[in-house]
Amino acid sequence: MENVVTPKGIRTGTGKTRDRGLSAYRPLPGVTDELASADGSIRPLWQPLVAHLQSLSDEDLTRATGRADQYLRDSGVFYRQYGSGQSIERPWPLSHIPVLIDEADWAELTPALIQRADLLEAVMADLYGENRLVADGHLPAALVAGNPEWLRPLVGVRPASGHFLHFLAFEIGRGPDGRWWVLADRTQAPSGAGYALENRVATARAYSEVFAGLNVHRLASFFRDFRDALLGLRGARDGRVAIMTPGPLNETYFEQAWIARYMGVSLVQGEDLTVSDGRLMVRTVSGLRPLDVLWRRLDGSYADPLELDPASRIGTPGMVAVLRQGGLTMVNSLGSGVLETRALMAFLPKLSRHLTGAPLAMPNIATWWCGGLPERAQVMVARRRLVLSAALGTGLPFDRQGESTVAASLTPEALAERLAADGPDLVAQEAVTLSTTPALINGKIVPRPMSLRVFLARTPSGWQVLQGGFARIGASADPTALAMQRGGSAADVWIVSKDEVPAVSMVAATDAQYRRSTPGALPARAADNLYWLGRYVERTEGIIRLLRARHIRLAEGGRAALPLQKQMDAVLKTYDVDGAVGLSPGLLDTLGAAVATAGQVRDRFSPDGWSALNDLDKSARRMAGKVAPGDDAARALSALLRKLTGFSGLVHENMYRFFGWRFLSIGRQLERASAMTGLLVAFADAKAPAGALDLCIELGDSVLTHRRRFSVGSTRETVIELLALDPMNPRSVRHLIDGLSEQVQALPGTATHGQLSELGRAMLRCQVEIATATPDSLTTGGLEELRERLAGISDLLTEAYLR
Amino acid sequence: MTLYAVRQSIRYDFDRPTGAGRQLFRILPADIPGVQSVREAGYAFQPDVGERGEFNDFFGTRVIEAAMPPGLVSLDLTMHSVVERTAEDALLDLSPPLYGLAAELAAHRTVGPRAPHHFTDPSRRIPHSALIADFARAQVQKGMTVQVLVEALGRALHDHMTFDSKATRVDTAPEEAFAQARGVCQDFAQIMVGALRTLGVPGAYVGGYLRTLPPPGKARLVGADAMHAWVRAWAGEEMGWVDYDPTNACFARNDHIDVGFGRDYDDVAPVTGRLRLDGRQSGSHSVDIEEITA
Repeated sequence: MENVVTPKGIRTGTGKTRDRGLSAYRPLPGVTDELASADGSIRPLWQPLVAHLQSLSDEDLTRATGRADQYLRDSGVFYRQYGSGQSIERPWPLSHIPVLIDEADWAELTPALIQRADLLEAVMADLYGENRLVADGHLPAALVAGNPEWLRPLVGVRPASGHFLHFLAFEIGRGPDGRWWVLADRTQAPSGAGYALENRVATARAYSEVFAGLNVHRLASFFRDFRDALLGLRGARDGRVAIMTPGPLNETYFEQAWIARYMGVSLVQGEDLTVSDGRLMVRTVSGLRPLDVLWRRLDGSYADPLELDPASRIGTPGMVAVLRQGGLTMVNSLGSGVLETRALMAFLPKLSRHLTGAPLAMPNIATWWCGGLPERAQVMVARRRLVLSAALGTGLPFDRQGESTVAASLTPEALAERLAADGPDLVAQEAVTLSTTPALINGKIVPRPMSLRVFLARTPSGWQVLQGGFARIGASADPTALAMQRGGSAADVWIVSKDEVPAVSMVAATDAQYRRSTPGALPARAADNLYWLGRYVERTEGIIRLLRARHIRLAEGGRAALPLQKQMDAVLKTYDVDGAVGLSPGLLDTLGAAVATAGQVRDRFSPDGWSALNDLDKSARRMAGKVAPGDDAARALSALLRKLTGFSGLVHENMYRFFGWRFLSIGRQLERASAMTGLLVAFADAKAPAGALDLCIELGDSVLTHRRRFSVGSTRETVIELLALDPMNPRSVRHLIDGLSEQVQALPGTATHGQLSELGRAMLRCQVEIATATPDSLTTGGLEELRERLAGISDLLTEAYLR
Repeated sequence: MTLYAVRQSIRYDFDRPTGAGRQLFRILPADIPGVQSVREAGYAFQPDVGERGEFNDFFGTRVIEAAMPPGLVSLDLTMHSVVERTAEDALLDLSPPLYGLAAELAAHRTVGPRAPHHFTDPSRRIPHSALIADFARAQVQKGMTVQVLVEALGRALHDHMTFDSKATRVDTAPEEAFAQARGVCQDFAQIMVGALRTLGVPGAYVGGYLRTLPPPGKARLVGADAMHAWVRAWAGEEMGWVDYDPTNACFARNDHIDVGFGRDYDDVAPVTGRLRLDGRQSGSHSVDIEEITA
């Protein structure tokens, strides 16, 4: 990597070269830089990318980085920012220049990372086994017993797979001497691998020409091998593999849903799961289905409210019991968070010699646990370059807001006093100096501090290291500003080979253990959310149509229209919608409920659908304060209606026709049938005000059909015929009930050995009744009864499948 | 030696059928070599629940684990056992002075169930309280041994508090019970555990049964006893753990029957679990302890 060439005069193609701030690019004093050597010359590895960046015009560069951002937006990649008691979704902050690492340098890191993974496995096995490390004086007892991540109910529980750790991440950084250091161990439920994939896709889009020309190692094989490893962990058992998420409000939920989709395994929450006969089961619409491997993305203590944190609302009672009986492989074992303890880093160098017979191949950040007298003396000596923080803390070194103290900010006396008083609760760590890497800021390339998260997965052939990673790039030259919550950004990591790299994809799984996961295990909670998503979206559409009709009449009708308007307001009021204002908050609430419900099942439909729904929601909220009642509102509502139809189309056209789609469709049809019945009760009654019948036809989107089918003007008979009884009209109650019945019959267990379930019978009665009705026999009272029956069907459906 | 027949019954009534659930029961007396031995123990659910099993938790407490089938309108759990207590009557004070305890603690190198290290820090139900810490410090006199301190602290707490079964609930914080100076055995024990910890003495919470004697001249009432809680303090390597009952201001000897110990009430709660409920539940517990002749 030291064979350097100056950047001057590099040209690609015919375009002219732009400086992009490179002539002024210099490493910061005493800091290693990834791009440039100390004299400012560009390392050869970077030259193709640098040349490309210099060859682009400002517009082309903006277009290139825009392609990356566009991809991230379209995929719905975001992160959650917390603050002042609420959390908001923010666009993903991608740093547009990847970090380039030479394959040969990377190959040196790999054995060191694997050594550390094996060491942590050995420490974990001891902490949850015999505890010899404490008994023999290698670890202080207080560090274990006082550690909230050391989960006592798991002590003595051997993992079913034989291993405690299966998926790890290490946060590493390059020091002033160019060597890599471990800054933190991520053993609990490491996040970031999915984001690494997204960063890759986005960055490769920005620089597709360079990416194609360089031999950059692909990421897919790592995920494929890990998925196959997870499937293999089931052994001879018949259960499934799932990812367990804390839920959509979690900071990295997007990533969890994304990986689940990418790897083709289901995403479950605590309430989807239950324990039966010593196994963990998923509640699905087809009954309980066993799970044999669970990749958890929640902290161990939340996994079981019965034996771990009783306050947890996201766990599954009995989870620990299943583990105790060896009925489940947990990735990673519950309690693995104890390995993230900052103070443990003080002991790992010695533990490495003790347990593996070799020193750490990659050092970790120098750490002293201040519980012992000799350590305190060392801390006093080295105090100028140390930072004090909580011994049992697990935060990253650059992400400890408010919980750390720079030792040099205290007088020696004050420091000694603090150490004497709180020693066992404190660690002292060397202040981090990180290498810098180029970032593109306002069209100029400038050095910014960087740390790298690397990922390891256990496979049948040993630990595999992801050939890439997740880089954090600081917002300023200050290395403490790396966290995204504080303005940092993320970058792709390119491991560049001299030779061509093999292309891989997720599909080619050849392992004999691999069996195609059968559909049909739709978790009941997901089904419930899809059902309600269908209902809320349909309800939103109904409200928009009615509200639009109301505003058109406000604009056009005079006094004569008043009774009808009053009647419309009464119907709108049942949806908490105020017909007199432009866009009522009640409409936004229903739409908001649709978005929230969709957010619970993002792994179940396409990113395009999600973007469309969010776009609709944003538009509605933007318009809400601005539109005036009458024509203005009617036009705004028409625009929203078009967007809504766009969402429905995307979902309807693209969703795989299985149980998930059925519940969504059932929700839509039931809501629509019920709403149409309600409209006919309100506007097709003999006592309804003038203009009500035409309103029905308009709301039923059937003006043309009515004109074609009936030469006369509208009467109650023609309206009931067309909107209630016509099997061919997609908005008629009859048509909707027929469709509903078809969907319900296709659900598991509706008919067993020719015996209809209660739901099946109710559905059939409803269908027969509407099929045999005539405009005369279907009175307003009869319509009201029908609406009740539909509500009953919703209850039976919920009872049978959704809880 | 004292021999007891211990019976407990726990009953729940639900006004609507329940959903499925899972519960843990810590009500079986413990086997402790040299202190307590269980001659027989059995239990039964009515109606019979589906899956059930038993395991020993980290601290060694026997736990009954049961999966509740859906549709329960009531649940009865009855337990009976015969337990022998053989604790020695009085112990020679072998404990170090309070100032010497920290060194013994630091030198103790195990994290097994009886290790003192589990009981030094605040826990979920016994967070640090400045109020209780002040009270604890006021009881310390120069040169006191740990055992003398335990007794002095327990007596002082007993004098400060009034037993009142209406004043607190199961989740009342120790500091709140202390401030109002009223509570039940759980409050007495958790306050004292917190006080010991602030003084650097490892303190555990013990759950079990207490034989109560009827008022003079009255007959023993069947079922009038209750589950009880007291304190276990670590009095150094030589002496180990000593049990003190602040509710009754005495060291716990053969009137006390152990079920289990832990960091606070959570670790030994007689019933924990999750049950899906649509309506309300009402519960009743009864405990009966009878001294029998071997």
